[in-house]
Amino acid sequence: MSERSSEKLVHMANQIGTFFASQGAEQAPAAIADHLRKFWDPRMRAGILAHLEAGGADLDPLVRQAVERLRTMTAAR
Amino acid sequence: MSLIHEIDHGTPRSKSETMVTLTIDGETMTVPKGTSIMRAASEMGTAIPKLCATDMVEAFGSCRLCLVEIEGRAGTPASCTTPVMPGMVVKTQTDRLKRLRKGVMELYISDHPLDCLTCAANGDCELQDMAGAVGLRDVRYGHEGHNHPNPGLDESNPYFTYDPSKCIVCSRCVRACEEVQGTFALTIAGRGFDSVVSPGMEESFLGSECVSCGACVQACPTATLTEKMVIEIGQPEHSVITTCAYCGVGCTFKAEMRGNEVVRMVPWKDGKANRGHSCVKGRFAWGYASHKERILNPMIRESIDQPWREVSWEEAIAHTASEFKRIQAKYGRLSIGGITSSRCTNEETFLVQKLIRGGFGNNNVDTCARVCHSPTGYGLSQTYGTSAGTQDFDSVEQSDVILLIGANPTDAHPVFGSRMKKRLREGAKLIVLDPRRIDLVRMPHVEASYHLPLRPGTNVAVLTALAHVIVTEGLADEAFVRERCDWDEFQDWASFVADPRHSPEAIAELCGVPAEDIRAAARLYATGGNGAIYYGLGVTEHSQGSTTVMAIANLAMATGNIGRPGVGVNPLRGQNNVQGACDMGSFPHEFSGYRHVSGDDTRQLFESLWGVALDSEPGLRIPNMLDAAVDGIFKGLYVQGEDILQSDPDTRHVAAGLAAMECVVVQDLFLNETANYAHVFLPGSTFLEKDGTFTNAERRIQRVRKVMPSKSGKADWEITLDIAQAMGFDMHYAHPSEIMDEIAALTPSFSGVSYAKLDAEGSVQWPCNEKAPLGTPVMHIDGFVRGKGRFMVTEYVATDERTGPRFPLLLTTGRILSQYNVGAQTRRTENVVWHGEDRLEIHPHDAEQRGIQAGQWVKLASRSGETSLRALITERVAPGVVYTTFHHPGTQANVVTTDFSDWATNCPEYKVTAVQVMPSNGPTAWQEDYDEQARQSRRIAPHVEAAE
Ligand code: SF4
Ligand code: SF4
Ligand code: SF4
Ligand code: FES
Repeated sequence: MSERSSEKLVHMANQIGTFFASQGAEQAPAAIADHLRKFWDPRMRAGILAHLEAGGADLDPLVRQAVERLRTMTAAR
Repeated sequence: MSLIHEIDHGTPRSKSETMVTLTIDGETMTVPKGTSIMRAASEMGTAIPKLCATDMVEAFGSCRLCLVEIEGRAGTPASCTTPVMPGMVVKTQTDRLKRLRKGVMELYISDHPLDCLTCAANGDCELQDMAGAVGLRDVRYGHEGHNHPNPGLDESNPYFTYDPSKCIVCSRCVRACEEVQGTFALTIAGRGFDSVVSPGMEESFLGSECVSCGACVQACPTATLTEKMVIEIGQPEHSVITTCAYCGVGCTFKAEMRGNEVVRMVPWKDGKANRGHSCVKGRFAWGYASHKERILNPMIRESIDQPWREVSWEEAIAHTASEFKRIQAKYGRLSIGGITSSRCTNEETFLVQKLIRGGFGNNNVDTCARVCHSPTGYGLSQTYGTSAGTQDFDSVEQSDVILLIGANPTDAHPVFGSRMKKRLREGAKLIVLDPRRIDLVRMPHVEASYHLPLRPGTNVAVLTALAHVIVTEGLADEAFVRERCDWDEFQDWASFVADPRHSPEAIAELCGVPAEDIRAAARLYATGGNGAIYYGLGVTEHSQGSTTVMAIANLAMATGNIGRPGVGVNPLRGQNNVQGACDMGSFPHEFSGYRHVSGDDTRQLFESLWGVALDSEPGLRIPNMLDAAVDGIFKGLYVQGEDILQSDPDTRHVAAGLAAMECVVVQDLFLNETANYAHVFLPGSTFLEKDGTFTNAERRIQRVRKVMPSKSGKADWEITLDIAQAMGFDMHYAHPSEIMDEIAALTPSFSGVSYAKLDAEGSVQWPCNEKAPLGTPVMHIDGFVRGKGRFMVTEYVATDERTGPRFPLLLTTGRILSQYNVGAQTRRTENVVWHGEDRLEIHPHDAEQRGIQAGQWVKLASRSGETSLRALITERVAPGVVYTTFHHPGTQANVVTTDFSDWATNCPEYKVTAVQVMPSNGPTAWQEDYDEQARQSRRIAPHVEAAE
């Protein structure tokens, strides 16, 4: 995945994060993870997971938690 | 098949529920109060002679042909203007009436040219009919009367002529323009024998306010206003009912034919979306169907720098299938996908997504609704549980306050715009939220109570401020909320919006709207009676598009404006079948009826009927497909009826994505812009050449009927079928009705839909199932589809696209009346007389600062790219905002738009781009290169015989 793509993914994930942030720090990570799970295709999800592995630069805190959850969900499947 | 003659009852139907009984010619008749004697007689089967009355407009009572006798009343009143009364005894035919009517007709005829045999209206002229009906045999005044010599013949309108020598001054045209269309373009000028109909201040039709809707032509009883096609071809001999293929209003038309030739399209009075009205596009702009640039043979080429080579259907299909199979073998199952179109029928769309899910084995299917209304689907399903508007169009007749957000119905949804204007003239109030001063803000007999000209990109802030006022001033409908919505969520939401940072005063500067206007608008919407929200792409095409839709849904719930006629949340859909394309499972994450692909039960249902295993993971959306193509892992695309190169944002990125693919298959009418990057071209059919259904913005499923054979030899659904079979995925259908049967079997909200039902009912609105066998005009009546309505907190987040010193202006985009979307169809009709090119609207202040003159070429530049077009200096746009349309490929407005998009659905942010504008000498280098590349790419090799 190119650098442009991963930058774009981070931007998109953070954008999703800003909407769900208003649901509170408790609920937001799950809601964000659910959104990524439902609407992002596997390649985009793999891309954001790879970005997390590589340090997860620029991911907003709630979004980082969401991507971590996504990693657990993916591993569990 | 024969010509469908609709009965003209002379005056409109009364909506009263009180009934009145009277006697007409000895028969007892019961009709609603307010019905005219003329209409009551007509419904009984007695046609009283008439000239100035027609049931599309209110009676006027000028011709005096419709006289009747009423027991106990002196004189002979006009039956068109006299309402029925209980116990009335009416005679429609007596010696006195016969004599009087003959006298009236004599006068008319003496003043009328008697060239009936060569008149275009011969066979379709009410004056002729009435002469026959009253038994006119002799004209005592001679025929030499005044006879209007013919100086005023006006042929300026491209579609109809005005010949004043035939005019009987019945004023039906004037009333149609006022009452049906709401444009007020016509007047009667002069007096007596000298009076004539005149557009505007004695201008030509083309030079006047006339928007060419055709209502006056339809209303005219004589040949005075006549379609040019009727003059050219002659009267039609049979008609077929079908649905307009342009916008989401979905007007029903009678295609009036002579053999396989369309003579004219006449709006059908029984059409439940349009109720007998039309706009210039559906009524007149169908000539593209036989335009010389239409491609009628399949073509292929190895690479996009080669000329096209015409091939047989067999070769084109076999080549497509083998290329797709080759690509999947080399790059994997996920390396191909397809795009369905909102311009195609439900059946065609359903088949394309079936081919992709079942035949390609992945969910890489998306639709152009991605770039327009995907946030509507997401936002409304989160809050209400359905991805569609809540009302039918008739509902507007009961609205008291209309809140119009980011939509311009008089241009983009003209027939609905006319219906809305009618309601506004009756006294409903209007609030407009739009950066631009759209026509509805102020036009003849319509004036908005409030126009909130907000800065592009601040919708959420303004809507939340409206909610702030409603909650803090105690205007919410608490009883409704307690009964119908989740009370806890409401309280969370209410305390969020009540925060002083959301007050109108706090955001006034940010959004550029005075706080008191926001307060007044909120009070009006919350307390003015039935409040209805209508919105368009000015809501969805933003980085917070989905949030805005939810904010709208919140407002309607908080004020109890949902679940009955007159209220609701109504997205105005751009293209004819946006709703249908979404319903049919065109999105990569859901099957038809909005069910997620990961749902095992749903997937198994599809798997068992289709006989293949289906992917449970969401596929790629259009922007993701293009990204993946640039990354080198997405290689093949099947595009039905879409032009993503012109319609999607950031043209350079789209072009790069397409150029990186190995097999792009375009199925369309013309070599569109996307086809410049295609390897296979499959000629599609127009709506005149196929059977199917469209679903309009009110969820109304309507039949499209074939009126002529397909010019390319195959209907679009047959092409998809052939590709599927060539790829080894078995599909069998003999007729589109069988596809609908499959849709019904697989989709709960469509389970009651069939062609037989559509033929019987005319149309139905989904959900149409066991619970609602005849469909559902108004949704969420007793409860929300999801159960309790759900309030969502809508925090305003500024878009990342910001103005600054380099790009100080905000560009927003839209469309105009005479053109449609990328213009591929309308540009190939006479509609170009109204809109020959896209122009950049700029405020006089901004123009002056930059030394820009009216009509001058200007360069429009953003971070993404630049293009040139001519300037139009106007106060319609606020200072700091510029506006253009995207109907012409030469303009390339999307070179300028960025790839920012809605957070939830990636719907592109067309409505906000930071730009700079400066004078220029003409087209940019990119535009010239693009033109040249397009020209090269459209070459078709001369036909050579196969033998070498
Ligand atoms: S075409 Fe329509 S707008 Fe034009 S004059 Fe006739 S009714 Fe009015
Ligand atoms: S143009 Fe036709 S509709 Fe209008 S006044 Fe003349 S005859 Fe009547
Ligand atoms: S373009 Fe829209 S409003 Fe015009 S005739 Fe067609 S469906 Fe009706
Ligand atoms: S039809 Fe009644 S007065 Fe003309």
